Amino acid sequence: MSATRIDDRIVRVDAMEKARGEAEYVCDIRFPGMVYGTLVRSTVARGKILSIDVPALPEGYSFITADDIPAEGRNELWMIAKDWRCFASGDVRYVGETIGILCGPDRGMLSYLKKHIAISYEEETPAVTIDEALALKGGPIAGEDNIMCSLYCEKGPKMDDVFRQADSIFEETLETGFQEHVHLETNSAIVRQEDGRFTFYISAQCPFYVRKSVSGLLGLRPEDIVVKQTTTGGAFGGKEHFPDVLAGPLLVACNKIHKPIKMVFDREEDMLYSVKRHPSKVVFRTALDKEGGILGIDGKIYYNCGAYLSASYVVLQRGVFHANGVYDFPATHLEGYGVATNTFPSDAFRGFGAPQTLFAIEMHLDHIARKFGYDPAEYKARYFLRKGGETVTNGHIVEDVKLPEMLEQIATASDYYRKAKEYGIGSGRGIGISFYNHGGAFTGNGEQAIIKAHARLVKEGSRVRIEVGSTEMGQGFQTTLRKIAANALGISISQIDYPNPDTSRVPDSGPTAASRSTMVVGKIVEDCAREMKERWDEGDFSVEKEYVHPEGHPWDQDTFRGDAYLGYGWGACIVEVEVDRLTNEVRTVGIWSSHDIGKAIDELVVHGQVNGGIIQSLGYASMEKMENRDGRFRQSSMSDYVVPTSMDFPSQEWFLVDNPYQWGPQGAKGMGELVFNGADAAYVDAVERALGVTVVKIPIPPEDIEEAIENAR
Amino acid sequence: MRDKVVFHVNGERVEFIGNPMTRLIDVLRDDLGLTGVKEGCGEGECGACSVIKDGKLVTSCIMPVGSADGSEILTIEGIRDTPKGICITEAFRDGGAVQCGFCIPGMVMAAYALLEENHHPTEEDIRMAISGNICRCTGYDLIVKSVQLAAERGGRLWQ
Repeated sequence: MSATRIDDRIVRVDAMEKARGEAEYVCDIRFPGMVYGTLVRSTVARGKILSIDVPALPEGYSFITADDIPAEGRNELWMIAKDWRCFASGDVRYVGETIGILCGPDRGMLSYLKKHIAISYEEETPAVTIDEALALKGGPIAGEDNIMCSLYCEKGPKMDDVFRQADSIFEETLETGFQEHVHLETNSAIVRQEDGRFTFYISAQCPFYVRKSVSGLLGLRPEDIVVKQTTTGGAFGGKEHFPDVLAGPLLVACNKIHKPIKMVFDREEDMLYSVKRHPSKVVFRTALDKEGGILGIDGKIYYNCGAYLSASYVVLQRGVFHANGVYDFPATHLEGYGVATNTFPSDAFRGFGAPQTLFAIEMHLDHIARKFGYDPAEYKARYFLRKGGETVTNGHIVEDVKLPEMLEQIATASDYYRKAKEYGIGSGRGIGISFYNHGGAFTGNGEQAIIKAHARLVKEGSRVRIEVGSTEMGQGFQTTLRKIAANALGISISQIDYPNPDTSRVPDSGPTAASRSTMVVGKIVEDCAREMKERWDEGDFSVEKEYVHPEGHPWDQDTFRGDAYLGYGWGACIVEVEVDRLTNEVRTVGIWSSHDIGKAIDELVVHGQVNGGIIQSLGYASMEKMENRDGRFRQSSMSDYVVPTSMDFPSQEWFLVDNPYQWGPQGAKGMGELVFNGADAAYVDAVERALGVTVVKIPIPPEDIEEAIENAR
Repeated sequence: MRDKVVFHVNGERVEFIGNPMTRLIDVLRDDLGLTGVKEGCGEGECGACSVIKDGKLVTSCIMPVGSADGSEILTIEGIRDTPKGICITEAFRDGGAVQCGFCIPGMVMAAYALLEENHHPTEEDIRMAISGNICRCTGYDLIVKSVQLAAERGGRLWQ
């Protein structure tokens, strides 16, 4: 067996069992005596529960609610905050909030019984949108003002002085909608007792989150619960905290009935009653000089958080820290507000708050450039951040920024400058461009101060087992991490094992989120592997290490000042479209992208991530419309909520630039989220140019393009 | 209404006794243990449950088992060890078509149905043939390339 090197072309280690249909997802697993569970949910967005009438249940069926939480337990899921209740009790705050879990052996009988559980409410007026919540419609939901969380950061001269010097002021409001993850495998979990411990088999990104979140329901410690991650059929953030919402009721029920319980959402449940990407509203007020040069930007950023905080404060922080895009403006003042509404809580989704503000700043600059007669690419390139440049949190960019080279790559490949001149505004053809980045890993010193990730390698004979809490969810981490280890050990990838995490056997490596797995956990594994290689002849042994944060990069989490991120991924994207001016149907005819991810650990894995992230972003911009009326999502199926098919976008041309990150394994940085962060703005820019309209809100399906055209008249 | 349905699944005779409106996917997964057939949406939109019925690609989540009466059904389990099935699954592996994998068995079935009919598909043919199969991970490019790879590698296999 020859040693596997980083630049070797290899295939994914999990491809064959998945292609053969042999991989076991939660839905494929059964245990003897297993029953099924289904959640009984609130049907109103806001109100008091007056009564719950449960029909006489047949033998073997049970209905479990907050009343079944034992005295030593608390009715709360511990995500980042502890505000999300496992079971609604007394009142309900959004449609779909869990009230109880119905368990029993036959799924047909369960759905019959579910229909006959009658819950009556005293309904109250819900606040659903950001504006409704800020106007305190129906009275406050959270605190006195519905602001669940807020922050600000400022750079450069004071805004009053900046605006006093302005020749003109350009103000606009940019909005983004809900986005649903639509991981092909719906949310699902099984709980049972194994050797006296509650054990979960669960489709989840973060097994350690689950045990921490639910253990308090029974007054247990996290380590009293075992979480085994099963093959996870896509997640995109939708299985970061949300699995807790399934696991909590399952745990309380299992404690009561002592049988294995399986719960698999159907698609309608997964659409209507799961977390979404935060809708956003960004108000930019920009001070300009005579030539349209930017003196400073004042931004107010509002995210619709839904009824519980979950991860929203962290999402909002990332949104604020990315609101300057890839640019070094002389002055910025950015305020972020997380707004409580009576909708299903918003939570993590690939990009984690950054896509909303990146979209806003990209469109805002496009609009200023066009107003002053500049090509958007040339205008934006003036402000590119460079190494040493100051960030909005008064930290500095500590790496080389290759954006000029990346722009050159895609502009040449797409013939951008010629097309941008030749396709007249409103000609039906358009080419658009965007630039974006994504700060890798947890903000500031979070990796060291909060996460303290561990990883372990175990040598048994000639084989090495990776023990980490990080998960494969489709992104390729099983392959990436084994390759990093094999390369550092100087052995073949076929000698490396990496079982799906089981919290009773592996150390906590922190969540599989924030584009941190390769960059942070990969680095710890690489360090372990280097030590193991040196000691290879010592027989069987293990090496475990904790993450060490590079020194000299201060961060203050109370004031949000300092180096928020040490390694950013950087991106540039061009999209070309043709628009049918009768029907407003947009045909995308070309997609070009270039990314700086430090160094690709495996080019085939990266290729798939780039393609998939870009298509998800194009779906976000063009067709993925999820509306909420009176607290109810209107799109409940894959025919209502349309995600891209193989026919919607053409094949992509893509590039990488090499820019090794000094603290990453083999120079790698994060990339999973980066590739989602910018194609949307390039698409909208192209549509705007093709039609001569200004778009301030996504998504823009054809019927909404008509509205933009009307507004332009 | 007849309550007995007789059909073949992966070459074996199956006798189903019960409500003929039972979804084919439930018979395949729950009764026959063919769990390579995945349920993604339950309404025929995503294609994860795709099987081949008498040579045509169908979504087993919206097909009552009664409509399978007298037919030949092929699932991923029935093709994966055949030369054609091996050709496609290996091409999917080598071409980087697989990420989370949940859509992939259905996608393999779609590729199989295409290549049986069209031995030299163009990119457009492939995109059309898999347009009923949703993949949220890959953006489709590498799946399309992998189907092309299977067509090239398979050569005479498909004729």
